Amino acid sequence: MAETQPSMDTNVDTSQMQVSDEVAITIEGMNKWYGAFHVLRDINLTVNRGERIVICGPSGSGKSTLIRCINALEEHQQGKITVDGTLLSSDLKNIDKIRSEVGMCFQHFNLFPHLTILENCTLAPIWVRKTPKKEAEETAMHFLEKVKIPDQANKYPGQLSGGQQQRVAIARSLCMRPRIMLFDEPTSALDPEMIKEVLDTMIELAEEGMTMLCVTHEMGFARQVANRVIFMDQGQIVEQNEPEEFFNNPKSERTQLFLSQILGH
Amino acid sequence: MSDTHAHSVAFVRTETLPQLPPPVGERGAVKWMRENLFSTIPNGILTLVALYVIYRFAAFALPWIANGIWNTDSLAECREVLDGTTGACFSVISERWNQLLFGFSYPSELYWRPALAFVLLFFAAAPVMFFDLPRKLLIFTALYPFIAFWLIWGGTILTPLFALVGIVVGYLVYSRYVRDSFAMGFFGGVLAALIFWWLSGYVTAALAPEEPFLEAVQSRDMGGFMLNMILGVVCVSLSLPLGIVLALGRQSSMPIIKWICVIFIEFIRGVPLITLLFVANVVLAYFLPPGTTFDLILRVIIMITMFSSAYIAEVIRGGLAALPKGQYEAADSLGLDYAQAMRLIILPQALKISIPGIVNVAVGLFKDTTLVSVISMFDLVGMIRGPILSSTDWNGVYWELFMAASVLFFVVCYGISQYSQWLERRLATDHR
Repeated sequence: MAETQPSMDTNVDTSQMQVSDEVAITIEGMNKWYGAFHVLRDINLTVNRGERIVICGPSGSGKSTLIRCINALEEHQQGKITVDGTLLSSDLKNIDKIRSEVGMCFQHFNLFPHLTILENCTLAPIWVRKTPKKEAEETAMHFLEKVKIPDQANKYPGQLSGGQQQRVAIARSLCMRPRIMLFDEPTSALDPEMIKEVLDTMIELAEEGMTMLCVTHEMGFARQVANRVIFMDQGQIVEQNEPEEFFNNPKSERTQLFLSQILGH
Repeated sequence: MSDTHAHSVAFVRTETLPQLPPPVGERGAVKWMRENLFSTIPNGILTLVALYVIYRFAAFALPWIANGIWNTDSLAECREVLDGTTGACFSVISERWNQLLFGFSYPSELYWRPALAFVLLFFAAAPVMFFDLPRKLLIFTALYPFIAFWLIWGGTILTPLFALVGIVVGYLVYSRYVRDSFAMGFFGGVLAALIFWWLSGYVTAALAPEEPFLEAVQSRDMGGFMLNMILGVVCVSLSLPLGIVLALGRQSSMPIIKWICVIFIEFIRGVPLITLLFVANVVLAYFLPPGTTFDLILRVIIMITMFSSAYIAEVIRGGLAALPKGQYEAADSLGLDYAQAMRLIILPQALKISIPGIVNVAVGLFKDTTLVSVISMFDLVGMIRGPILSSTDWNGVYWELFMAASVLFFVVCYGISQYSQWLERRLATDHR
């Protein structure tokens, strides 16, 4: 995948992106409570390899919680989650294995401020994958070039702009060669100018066939990249559809209201 | 200005104005004094009052110090030399210097041993304090405790050697079993080390030569500033790792570990250090099997270490709490296990935040080592209050002696403080 030179053209032809029949994630009958509060209710979802799913919904609808359950940052109390053929259990080794296969990007980047950009990227491969340092650094530089900031490799996160930091966070995840990427509102903490550079990086990833689950309010991105859009409200999946259908012809009233509010201006 | 047009708003500058120096009152010492010393009338008055106080103090202290006598053998002789003029009898310091440093019963022909241990301390501490130095130097740091013990206490080399081998044995057992489970590796390692030490006690007793290479010195002969340094260095270096463990344990999701740590910390913090030292001195003997000799210095080290580790644990807990939750999540999401996440991500940042607090505890601990003088150990303060002041030669020389003690402690504590400030600047990566 290193050789593909992705175009910066934002009008990506999504039909070329292949979705295989192989299943990447299945979630069956998943329920989660915060104390007595029922935050996720009967979630059923199957994600195929290469699929790009955008999850949207009002705040507090449980969309972040849902994707955080997939790599066990949040515990679920009921139901089954299978990631890459591995059933998520409470066993720590099992959880660490799944986490090393699933990359995640956060709203606030969560780079490690005491390490340089390069060290941020090589840390997990060296310690989790036991990659030799030199090889890990080569991989890290490769992905830093991909997100177009190889020249910042020896700086510290605090010296970079928000957009650059988020691209480093993406590169850091990619260095683990994940098969699935989770994005938890990756552009919500960014200035409008920087949103584009991060979205472009994500679009490139999508073009290469990465399985992606993305919580975002960027509806343009959803329209362009996603092959499924999921709308959540009050801890439930209310509607899911192909982006064209979802935006032009939403079925449920709640979805119509949500779309009219965020696309209304 | 010739080039401005009085009747028009439009304006074009045609020539650059030359740079001029600021007016006389706005530069140099005059400006500094006006701004900092005499900015308002009350401030001016305060400045004058402060200058007068400083003058009065200096007028008394400077001649006293400058006129000091350094080479007499007793207070009476010193007063004779002074002959009624103002002057300090510093000769108590020069005459009793060795006692102040090493106590009164450490054999004087062996002073070179603790002195050498002190010099080596700098070499052992350097790679820990300045991490740009080559990592291989840490091997000497690891060996230093055993070398220093052998130098200061002397006796057969088998004792420190077996202590070292015991640790190695414990570590080997630990690394053999840690893959199965951490608890098994940990307790297996501790158990192996204890068994080894217990057995090696008999070997040492059987093999120890009558005349060891380094003459043995008993713990009760330790004293002076050396005792403060031993207690300070050992307790600080033990209480930091123990404090980290307690702080992490207090955050543990396992209730038993969490409550053990909470109870330990809260109990130790709720008890005065002096009480713990009395416990170490007297009460602990009741709990030990009769006939066991448990070194007093070791007992004191255990108590001071427990005391300061509880404080350090709370300081580090503050550092841990100050880290954003996202740091834990990012470490988790990359697949790092608990030990890796703590060692590589969480602790480096939490400890950095905690540096001022840890240094605070360390400096306080170092000064608190003088409390051992109340359980009749002759540390620096114990030496001054006991043998020196009660001697007929130097009865009544309070100022000079306590000034000397203050200077010794100040040098060390100020050094620690300066180092910590350098360390904070060195580790600052956020606003470069």
